[in-house]
Amino acid sequence: MSLVEIRDVHKSFQRDTQRIDVFSGITLDVEEGSFLALMGPSGSGKSTLLNLIAGLDKPTSGTVRVAGAEVSAMKPGQLAPWRARHIGFVFQQFNLLPVLTAYQNVELPLLLTRLSKREREERVTLALGVVGLEDRVSHYPRQLSGGQEQRVSIARAIVADPTLILLDEPTGQLDGKSSQEVLTLLRRLNDEFKKTIVIVTHDAHAAERATSVLHLEKGNLIRATGVPSLRASGEPAATVAGAR
Amino acid sequence: MKFLPLVLANLGRHKRRTILTITSVALALFLFASLQTVVTTIAAGANFGSAHRLVSTHATGIVFPLPIAYANRFQAVPGVQGVTWANWFGGRYGDGKRFFATFAIDPKSYLEIYPEMVVPADQKEAFIRERTAALVGKHLMETFGWKIGQNVTLQGTIFPGDWTFTIRGVYVPTDPQIGDDVLMFHHDYMEERLNRPGIAGWYVLKIDSPDHAATIAKRIDEQFKNSSSPTKTGTEQAFNASFATMWGNVSLLMGTIGLAVVFAILLVTANAMMMGARERTREVAVLKTIGFGDRALFGIVMLEAGVIAITGAVIGLGGAKLLYKATHFSGGGFLPGFDVKPSTLVVGSVVAIGLMLASGLVPAVRAARLPVVTALRQVA
Repeated sequence: MSLVEIRDVHKSFQRDTQRIDVFSGITLDVEEGSFLALMGPSGSGKSTLLNLIAGLDKPTSGTVRVAGAEVSAMKPGQLAPWRARHIGFVFQQFNLLPVLTAYQNVELPLLLTRLSKREREERVTLALGVVGLEDRVSHYPRQLSGGQEQRVSIARAIVADPTLILLDEPTGQLDGKSSQEVLTLLRRLNDEFKKTIVIVTHDAHAAERATSVLHLEKGNLIRATGVPSLRASGEPAATVAGAR
Repeated sequence: MKFLPLVLANLGRHKRRTILTITSVALALFLFASLQTVVTTIAAGANFGSAHRLVSTHATGIVFPLPIAYANRFQAVPGVQGVTWANWFGGRYGDGKRFFATFAIDPKSYLEIYPEMVVPADQKEAFIRERTAALVGKHLMETFGWKIGQNVTLQGTIFPGDWTFTIRGVYVPTDPQIGDDVLMFHHDYMEERLNRPGIAGWYVLKIDSPDHAATIAKRIDEQFKNSSSPTKTGTEQAFNASFATMWGNVSLLMGTIGLAVVFAILLVTANAMMMGARERTREVAVLKTIGFGDRALFGIVMLEAGVIAITGAVIGLGGAKLLYKATHFSGGGFLPGFDVKPSTLVVGSVVAIGLMLASGLVPAVRAARLPVVTALRQVA
């Protein structure tokens, strides 16, 4: 069973009187331990797909299952604790809370657990160590560089040891050097810690670090590489994953 | 409590705004406690009065005097054990702006009928003996730093001229409703200075039993019904209550102003809370993405409102309690026993909780219901 199973998902928005179809029956599997890059032009539905996997948005029809749970059928009250347990999310704009230190930002997901203060401290220290910011615990976001902010954001995403890490344009706001640092870190998380990662990106360099790349265009999955992690139902697993 | 650092960090985001909001709440509750205490003090004054004392005034009103000759006739009424009289003086002190209650009294009989006013024996004797002596409440002595033996000059307002008295005694009331912001001097001395002998503002009668109060009062009023100065006699409590009745509309006004102030501050606080929540739309969306549920976010926003309201309440209500206690405020002797009552603190706390609910509810519900994707898209 795949970690992420998307089956015949349709998603449409209503803008004034116009109906906009983002997906018209997309099917996708993401295997555990894979590193998938979703590429495509603006408006192709990359972020929407990420939001559907994270349970932040609902498909118009079809099912989204993550780690065996049908996310698309969950009620809002069930989604929040599920997300806290299974999803680590990284945004393009870092979205750290400016009033909290790096330590406090990373600790946020752990506040939703029953861990003791000491256990939380151990986890936060470990996560900040993994991203190489153990010496920046007391720094506020404004005192960090963009690359450092994004690494804190990644530490926040991994601190609760989620099943899946989702990243929406994580290098979009970074310079070349910082981007490389972040991508190296993601690669390490996948290689060393066996984290399943789905990254949405415009950046071809970022996609190169992934084990699989999928292109979204006008709501269709048109090409995929790096197979075993990615299959499309009814299609040869090694060649295409996509929308029908 | 895990969320408290997050709540405090949020409140520290705009320190000036938070401080101003807390100050607004504190001021509102301080005013509320003050105005409410005026009301409760007036009400307590209305309830004050010994069941063994009657007060007799001119039937037309207290501003009309009674002949001093009535004293002996009151004394002759069966059941009356003692009679004293007093007159409102009304003077100002120092630069003419300092005002406190001043009475001209018959010293010996007055102190006998008011055992609640405790005066050391030697001071009492000195006060009674000397015609220009004054007896002063303990707090009034402390307020002006007066000493026994010191001369004090008042500028008369009702009775013009400079009136100099020598302080010979200090009294301490055993009942806070008596008040210790009052200066008393010899009625005889006033009469002498005014060249108007034989006039008293009101009489106080000590009676043998509260059960006889109505009978005695009726008998006295019957006795003077057809005289040029008819009397109106009643229990001391009824007399005080009639003053409270005069305050009646003022109490209503105070209560109304208090509520209006609290309501105005509520709007200010609610506005600040909503503004703060609106500015954090993206952060709320991020917290939801991390896994914070609607209930947790609702709780965090309500906790923020709670911290503001409770801090404001502690400063406002606690400040009022401590300030009036420390300064021994009595409104120039008109509001003796002015003290923020526990019941006022309880009502004030309830108002603070109401403030928290009213100001926090809208932003809290808004945060809880915020659709994440829309919020993230709006700010992206």
